[in-house]
Amino acid sequence: MDLIQIRGGNLVGHESDSQRTQYPYVTGTSVIGIKYKDGILIAADMGGSYGSTIRYKSVERIKPIGKHSLLGASGEISDFQEILRNLDELILYDNMWDDGNTLGPKEVHNYLTRMMYNRRNKFNPLWNSLVLGGVKNGQKYLGTVSMIGVHYEDNHVATGFGNHLAKPILRDEWHEDLSFEDGVRLLEKCMRVLLYRDRSAVNKLQIAKLTEEGVTVSPPYALKTHWEFNSFKNPTAGAEGSW
Amino acid sequence: MTKAAAIEVPTKGGFSFDLCKRNDMLLKKGVQMPPFRKTGTTIVGLIFQDGVILGADTRATEGPIVCDKNCEKIHYMAPNIYCCGAGTAADTEAVTDMVSSQLKLHRYHTGRESRVVTALTLLKSHLFSYQGYVSAALVLGGVDVTGPHLHTIYPHGSTDTLPFATMGSGSLAAMAVFESKYREGLTREEGIDLVAEAICSGIFNDLGSGSNVDVCVITKGNVDYLRNHKLPNPRTYVTAKGYSFPKPIEVLLTKVTMLREKVEVIEAGDAMEE
Repeated sequence: MDLIQIRGGNLVGHESDSQRTQYPYVTGTSVIGIKYKDGILIAADMGGSYGSTIRYKSVERIKPIGKHSLLGASGEISDFQEILRNLDELILYDNMWDDGNTLGPKEVHNYLTRMMYNRRNKFNPLWNSLVLGGVKNGQKYLGTVSMIGVHYEDNHVATGFGNHLAKPILRDEWHEDLSFEDGVRLLEKCMRVLLYRDRSAVNKLQIAKLTEEGVTVSPPYALKTHWEFNSFKNPTAGAEGSW
Repeated sequence: MTKAAAIEVPTKGGFSFDLCKRNDMLLKKGVQMPPFRKTGTTIVGLIFQDGVILGADTRATEGPIVCDKNCEKIHYMAPNIYCCGAGTAADTEAVTDMVSSQLKLHRYHTGRESRVVTALTLLKSHLFSYQGYVSAALVLGGVDVTGPHLHTIYPHGSTDTLPFATMGSGSLAAMAVFESKYREGLTREEGIDLVAEAICSGIFNDLGSGSNVDVCVITKGNVDYLRNHKLPNPRTYVTAKGYSFPKPIEVLLTKVTMLREKVEVIEAGDAMEE
């Protein structure tokens, strides 16, 4: 006599009941974050690509979490919105305790890591790479979580294409105690290279600043680009017929 | 009475793709190709005020193993033209050697200095005819009578003419440096420094690139091949002062006593002469 009913070879309900995220649909491209003298700076553009079309051009991919943290995300936008809902609930419950303690960036980072890793173990990942930055009690914190749950903290992090194009620049030029202007200049340098070389980048970005005082997300703006190379004007001057 | 079977038309020439079909079939069956030596590289080139500067790292890989720590990726094409190669090492070597000898014959025939476009056309038509199976991605640079030129050539045979270019697995790391720091009219020192910086960016941020930086500066009438211009990965030892051995054993006696009598070797030459 079978004590346990096995349907479709699966103990936990039929396989067709559950949906699994196989591939992302609307995606955001790279996010870059750095620590600077007074706190954290995170930059991301405002593009939401639908495959190879740039479908949405005003997607805010950096959001404040509670009083002490900033979250930037690349990857599937709907999964990012789901993460924000979960974090909202987390912060709300924390506020309801009203015990004088608030969730800091380290705690939020840990929560995100657990969330991402557990989803990955069920073969239904949240298709995002997250950048979590924050300042609490003077301590700066900058960490990242990937969609499979790989997490670490560092002085500068980047997701997606930023890993290949921005990381080399950050490794070379980041140093301790950057001023706000220097930090913004460094981020803009990286975002400009990404704009030139990442096909899903758009020229509309936001830079968010987080210090002990609070969060400021800049209004969207565009970067200046330089196309006036002599060689671009007449590229095949010496090589007639080629391109 | 005509035969019903199809007439075998002999191939007139060009590349025969039969082996490619065989390889695809084998892959489907699960037979793995043996790993070939790839250069897994960072190669760059840029145009400065007096000519062209080419740069390359020196690591050659066979899958996950570094098989050559200090190989040469900047190949000679002509006295005034050099070519960096990324991709399968055998392919880059063979194709640059072949075009180099074709250029030499052409120089004898015309009595003139080779032009970069000649090398470009010879390379691209060869690669195109092999439909990308010759896995060579090249950065070709040189100075001829028409001025300095820099081209990139892709394995399928397409080319680009650019003021600055990077190829190979480390191309993104190197391009990040070029896109943020390149400007027109660089001097020789600035150009060499920028090329070295881009290659170092590839060496330290890309796993397929490593070891040293080679630089080649080509100007009108002069070439400076700076082999191992920078060595940012020197062999280091645990302590700076080297190994110190404990106090050596005291020498008691220096007399040598033979354990066995020396054996005299008899001349065997006479026996052999029969």
